[in-house]
Amino acid sequence: MTTHRPLDPALLRGMTMPRISRRAALRGAGVLGASAFLAACGVEGSDKKEAPQAAGFWESQTKAGVLDFASWPLYMDQEKVGGKVVYPSLQEFTKETGIKVNYKEVINENAAFLGKITPSLKAGQPTGWDLMVITNGVELDRLIRQKFLIELDQSKLPNFQKNADPSIKNPSYDPGNKYTIAWQSGLTALAYNPKLTKRPITSFNDLFDPAFKGKITMFGDATDFPTLTMIGIGIDPETSTVEDWKRTAEKMKELRPQIRSFIDNAGEADVLSSGNAWISMAYSGDIFILNNSGSPDIKFVIPKEGAALWTDNMMIPKGAKHPLDAITYMDYVYRPDVAAKLTQYISYITPVPAAKEQLQADAAKAKGEDKDTLDGLISSPLVFPSQSDLAKAKRYRTLTVAEEQVWNRIFQPIVQS
Amino acid sequence: MSAGGRRERLAPYLIGLPGGLWLAIFFVVPILVMLSLSLQSGNAEEGFRFTWQWSNYADAWEFYSTQFIRSILYALIVTTLCLVLAYPMAYWIAFYGGARKSTYLFLILLPFFVSFVIRTASWKFILNDQGILLGPLKDLGLLPDDFHVLATSTAVIGGLTYNYLPFMVLPLYVALERIDPSLVEAAHDLFATRSAAFRKVVFPLSLPGVFAGVLITFVPVASDFVNSGILGGTHTTMIGNVIQTVYLVNNDYPLASAMSFLLMAALLIGIFAYARALGTEQVMEVSQA
Repeated sequence: MTTHRPLDPALLRGMTMPRISRRAALRGAGVLGASAFLAACGVEGSDKKEAPQAAGFWESQTKAGVLDFASWPLYMDQEKVGGKVVYPSLQEFTKETGIKVNYKEVINENAAFLGKITPSLKAGQPTGWDLMVITNGVELDRLIRQKFLIELDQSKLPNFQKNADPSIKNPSYDPGNKYTIAWQSGLTALAYNPKLTKRPITSFNDLFDPAFKGKITMFGDATDFPTLTMIGIGIDPETSTVEDWKRTAEKMKELRPQIRSFIDNAGEADVLSSGNAWISMAYSGDIFILNNSGSPDIKFVIPKEGAALWTDNMMIPKGAKHPLDAITYMDYVYRPDVAAKLTQYISYITPVPAAKEQLQADAAKAKGEDKDTLDGLISSPLVFPSQSDLAKAKRYRTLTVAEEQVWNRIFQPIVQS
Repeated sequence: MSAGGRRERLAPYLIGLPGGLWLAIFFVVPILVMLSLSLQSGNAEEGFRFTWQWSNYADAWEFYSTQFIRSILYALIVTTLCLVLAYPMAYWIAFYGGARKSTYLFLILLPFFVSFVIRTASWKFILNDQGILLGPLKDLGLLPDDFHVLATSTAVIGGLTYNYLPFMVLPLYVALERIDPSLVEAAHDLFATRSAAFRKVVFPLSLPGVFAGVLITFVPVASDFVNSGILGGTHTTMIGNVIQTVYLVNNDYPLASAMSFLLMAALLIGIFAYARALGTEQVMEVSQA
């Protein structure tokens, strides 16, 4: 960035929304009530096989003109008009389609939000939402396994088919985009302060430099650190085996003496800007924000071994009252002009590559500070990673429920040592 | 037998009934459920089944023995520190507090009016690497630049000692306060020196307080998870933190239950050994006096 504007509230998103909320914390806690414990000595599972979706489901749907949309704080362009928060791109959507969007920032944690709606899903009742944004990971795997989502009608997603980045299509956690399409993505890799490290960090192995002893922080959940380490030693997490996990665990133990502490999933901004850590695991969007809010020196780096890519996904929960309105919106955000507008605000990785051209066109027309802002956004590898960077991005492992237990028993003792 | 006689005989049981029921429902039943859980296998989605899965205990020890041992060690250090700090405090209030005894006690309890988490987090604020305490000391060159207190055992033990000190002071105070000052005078009359009077009269009489204080400090400290979570680093995790994560985050109920039972067993064995060593007879005798 050429200029440093005061912290745009729009950019606060990553700061105010600890990433721990998105993946790790309190998975499914509270789903199992006390009564379940007592059930005949064994504990009843939350697993219940749902009937398959009726054929002709989509044909029988009609436009309702309303859409109840659950998402995360500051994950949608917004403005204050007369003290009231409005969402310009949603207003635009309403103007074009006649669908009024009831947009609520009610998701702070995947697990906590799903904990609230799971009883309704299990009972086959409407959850009150037509559209929700959930991160790929254990929670999403569970939703899909338990058939709590409505299968998408691909013929109603022409913009998605045409404009979506091939790399986010057909993800391993949802083959064929049967239930979900991407909302935004981000990278998990390393960030460092070159003034303190006094040399560029380019490889995962740089973390073992004795000069950095006690100056490194890692995310303390049992997913991120193992995943990055796995990539660091050349294992693709997505296809990794239990043997690979054990090797990874050994490597993590080897690295442990170098680590000062395990941090919360948004804690990297704090430890890096205060200098408590020289190098930290970090999320791309958080560092983009940090660079624009007083710490321009901090560098986000994708080690040559690779980085981990996560995606937040849009999906329609079972029992949704207005599914046609929901899928209309899902496709709408895949229009380059809409995607550009969202990216400008959200500053994570858009699933629509053509949004970049749109922003470039906007930048060509803009002047002064606006132009600088747009140029900074377009040239930022954090928002628009290069193809070579993306080629190095690996996906998180999709775990079955049995694998999850094995995984946790291997990695939990390391991040809680 | 008259009706009155029966009522009289039943009365103690009836008085004990509410408490007994309370314990039965909210302690005994959950404990049995947890015991059963610790021997089950399965997962949160498909359910857990009772399979005499003793390997949960072996796993718990294999994966987390370091954290078990560390917790016990921390608890021993913290209890000792609390005792050393609290005894003179309680002694002074009991014997020299005069009319303001209750004011002093209130002052000791005052921190309890602030949330546990906030009190501990404020330690973090004070002890930050560049915070209000270490920052100036480093600027003056009194401390090396990479010196830090947070993320070390010292920080966790300090936080624990601070948080649990009142638990030690109160029982000590109660025991010391009950000692009749004329006993000390009598000791002096019998030519005991001040230290002999303390060693032979005051301290033995305060042992029930020491016993109670050690008990109600040691046990919660060993299973604490707040201090290590907030003040700790990579090598300070206590077993309470692990149980919390394994239970609430990973939903591995059997492993978490097995860990809880291991901890409970270790604590019970330790406490019985301690009671033996201190001489339960003497403790009971004095507390009945």
